[in-house]
Amino acid sequence: MRDLISIRDLSKKDVESFLSEAAKMEKLIGTPKSELLKGKVVANMFFEPSTRTNMSFQAASKRLGAKIMTFYPNTSSVAKGETLADTVRMIDGYADALVIRHPLEGSVRFAADLADNPVINAGDGGNQHPTQTLIDLYSIKKLKGKISGLKVTLLGDLKHARAMRSLLYGLGMFGAEVTLVSPTSLRMEEDIIRETKEKFGTSVTQTSEISLKGCDVLYVCRIQKERFSDQYEAEKIQKEFRVDLDLVKFAPKDLAILHPLPKVDEIPPEVDHDPRAKYFEQAKNGVPVRMAVLYKCIKG
Amino acid sequence: MPLEVQRINEGTVIDHIAAGAGTRVLQILSSSYPLNGMAALIINAPSKKFGRKDIVKIEGVFIDEKIANRIALIAPEASVNIIKGGKVVDKHHVEMPTSLSALVKCPNPKCITNFERAPTTFIHEGKYLRCRHCERVFKPDELA
Repeated sequence: MRDLISIRDLSKKDVESFLSEAAKMEKLIGTPKSELLKGKVVANMFFEPSTRTNMSFQAASKRLGAKIMTFYPNTSSVAKGETLADTVRMIDGYADALVIRHPLEGSVRFAADLADNPVINAGDGGNQHPTQTLIDLYSIKKLKGKISGLKVTLLGDLKHARAMRSLLYGLGMFGAEVTLVSPTSLRMEEDIIRETKEKFGTSVTQTSEISLKGCDVLYVCRIQKERFSDQYEAEKIQKEFRVDLDLVKFAPKDLAILHPLPKVDEIPPEVDHDPRAKYFEQAKNGVPVRMAVLYKCIKG
Repeated sequence: MPLEVQRINEGTVIDHIAAGAGTRVLQILSSSYPLNGMAALIINAPSKKFGRKDIVKIEGVFIDEKIANRIALIAPEASVNIIKGGKVVDKHHVEMPTSLSALVKCPNPKCITNFERAPTTFIHEGKYLRCRHCERVFKPDELA
């Protein structure tokens, strides 16, 4: 594996290999044996804001013993109008791997075509976020012992959340049964649903009603209010698609609630104390999974 | 009384264009070649196969494979007739290629190919074409 650009480039075997490597990395954290990339330099190039992805890639690099360089677009030559192509070519000469988040779709594949060193996609616009998908699959497998046959509900703004597009594909690959719950105006785009059904024979149901009966995993994402011109409408939708204690009270006892974070109003803080809320544990899994990604991309 | 259009001696006739798509085929040709000779667009001609069809005739232009591929996006059933000395010397159907490179722009306004010097590539997936960069899928006529 040289680059990690899209979940769609990976076979099930590739994904399984990342997940088993992540399990090994989790055991190595905090031990001297984890310094598998000592002497290497990783460049973190984030052209958009990020907390978890940026920090967990930094943590993963440091746990592996690699040095990390952080790139700030506002104080770099990008602010003077330097192209992405030139920026990538230049930083490719300084580092052994490039981790890139960029607002334009396809930008990371474009960068990978130009760079000699491995390139890892940390989110390209509304397109892909493959390391988040690996974290989600790793978390589900760790919590439930399997992915195949699980009933997974994806809830929220399924139209704009890139993590949900990649996740549906990953869940389909592993044989989960998926229910998509969103307001009609925020439904996931048909192309990815069709592709997942055609490639994996996945059962995908779309609805606007929340029902958690028989649900194994509830994966919630934020309603992206900034995309609404009518804030009143956004607030109204947010209230209807809220996972609060009243909803959780009647949910299955072994349900796992996941969220890519940041969460705002869609899950109120009182739910954080429910033992079924697993999103902080999920975020923590970002480190071993990204260690596995860095290691496999750099060392092969 | 049937409509008569003058024959061409040297050039290309594109036949079996789905009715309504002829104007766009002519647009592709006029943006790809200098059209100094006679050009004719026949719309809604009777067709045994389609009921109605469009036909484009252009004199002095012999279309190449790249342009034929682009025409295939909007007129997948079209046939190309190369005319030399008043006779058809080559006749073939346009073919949708397995991938299209550097031919058309990506319609996704957020695709990197619309911002940097990145040649577009579209990969055929059944009835659709997927942009190699932004991974969005499009119907062929959306790309033409």
